[in-house]
Amino acid sequence: MFRYTKLTLLREIGLWTLALVFLAPFYFLITTALKSNTEMYTTSPLALPQSADFSAFVAVLTATGNSNVLGGLLNSVIITGGSIVLLIAMGSLTGYVIARSTRRWSKAAYYLFLIAIILPGQLGAVPLYMGARSIGLTGSAWGMIILYTGMLLPVSIFLYANFFRGLGTAYEEAATIDGATRFQVFARIVFPMMAPATGTVTIFAGLIVWNDFFTSLIFLGGSDNQTLPVAMYYYIGSLVSEWNSIFAIVIVSMIPILALFLFAQKRFIQGFAGGLKG
Amino acid sequence: MTATSQSTNHAVNRPVHEQTRTAQASGSVHRVQRMRGPDRASKRKWGLEFGHWWWALPGIALVFAVHYMATGIGGFFAFTNWSGIGSFEVVGWKNFEAIFNDPTKIRSLGNTLFFAFGSVLLGNIMGLLLALALNRVVKTRYALRTLFFMPVVLSPLATAYIWKFIFDYEGPINVLLNAIGAGHLAKPWLADPQWAVWTVLVVLTWSSTGFAMVIFMAGLTSVPVEVEEAAAIDGANLLQRFHHVTLPALRPAVAIAMTLGIVQGLRVFDPIMALTGGGPAGATETLATEVYKQAFALGNFGGGAALALVLAVIILFFAVIQQRLTRSNPED
Repeated sequence: MFRYTKLTLLREIGLWTLALVFLAPFYFLITTALKSNTEMYTTSPLALPQSADFSAFVAVLTATGNSNVLGGLLNSVIITGGSIVLLIAMGSLTGYVIARSTRRWSKAAYYLFLIAIILPGQLGAVPLYMGARSIGLTGSAWGMIILYTGMLLPVSIFLYANFFRGLGTAYEEAATIDGATRFQVFARIVFPMMAPATGTVTIFAGLIVWNDFFTSLIFLGGSDNQTLPVAMYYYIGSLVSEWNSIFAIVIVSMIPILALFLFAQKRFIQGFAGGLKG
Repeated sequence: MTATSQSTNHAVNRPVHEQTRTAQASGSVHRVQRMRGPDRASKRKWGLEFGHWWWALPGIALVFAVHYMATGIGGFFAFTNWSGIGSFEVVGWKNFEAIFNDPTKIRSLGNTLFFAFGSVLLGNIMGLLLALALNRVVKTRYALRTLFFMPVVLSPLATAYIWKFIFDYEGPINVLLNAIGAGHLAKPWLADPQWAVWTVLVVLTWSSTGFAMVIFMAGLTSVPVEVEEAAAIDGANLLQRFHHVTLPALRPAVAIAMTLGIVQGLRVFDPIMALTGGGPAGATETLATEVYKQAFALGNFGGGAALALVLAVIILFFAVIQQRLTRSNPED
């Protein structure tokens, strides 16, 4: 019934044209970043660069101070990686206990996390900043890791708890009968089985933490320990319309997430289609 | 995968008549799950056997501190005149009176709602059209889906800088307009108070389209081919088929895409900071950018907290609606 007709071909061509328009910003991004200063000011913004000029990238990657892009890149990697590891560890343990416990408090805890997902973060940002400053967590990568873990933990626990509920207890029962301790059951039986949930948590947490600007602007603002978005914001703030340099740093900031997305795009999209809560 | 595991779980816990409905609606996974009845009994029997309750303690403590304590304290400061350092007084509703008597704050409130609803409406319409166009037979649908989804995973701050260039007075849009002889339409898009809000809206729509598209594409898989074919054989035209077969099946997807988009849209901060910084003359200021400026740049913690509380209440309102739509029965 729904076969490939001439009309479908037309639809396909139309969609590709639309995609080209939709992604036109990336044409400007790449062509402009590859222009030299003089070329950028003298040629049309639509024109291709006469030859690939990487001076903008060199300038960007050697910037120092609070717009240290390379330092920011490193910090972003550390903070994103650290947050993901902590979110997987704490999220799976807490989610597991909540899913398996039959005590009444576990249901209360489940709602504690569910409400925390809905609770908007803006209001808490100011007191969190004050609290973090008083115990010396602002301006450090560690502080950011703890902060992001706290912020995203409810979603992570929620994903894990729901995953474990759907898993069934047969394997764990068998392992317990065979004499495994509680920790062995978790580490040997449950942990390997929870890979799908871990994948989802990794993608969501990775995306949110890597791209986050608001939180890191507040908590790292003014320090030399910037994440990439903040370094980018400060660096661009110091440029007026040197678009080749601006776009060089934009490209640097996009490459890691884009590579990950193209590598695991199916999982990304499935995760989103399942509904990003919060 | 996530979607399946979550919804199966709900199906298990729902009353029987509801289960049947979901099972019919979304395939055989639920049916398999339903037959695992003994699970519940064994769960009750084994109880805490599989874990120690204190494994959950660090998580609970951290969430309590970062979410509940911080929000509570923030709510308290909304009623004070604290500047961020030194002493403060409790001033009651004064901060809120100041907000609602200040035309610039009312304007940012209006902008926040305008951006959230505008980008969700436009993004959902475009997302729906794309999903429908990509649905079935199109050979390169997955490649196209990846391309249209790309802006969603990229940093909103980074992509906003590209758009700032595109809408620059000497940028591609104006160059193009001049080239096709429509030079009189060229304008400083982001520096013109009247046009800046619309320009920002275009950027926000661009970023949100892919997300809506993916949710609609997932929703469209629940439309049975047989029913659509039957309707076509019975002589229903494309529009009738959409209205009577596709749209009813998409209703949950529409609800989710809209409310999620609004909740996200109300927080809009990064693209504004990159595109206009709230300017020109506050024309594109939102509640989120105002909160940042009041609390962190101007040292008006009390006022910033009050603004944040207003924003939080609005977000909470839509978030609760979203939660109700996503799962009417979260636990039992």
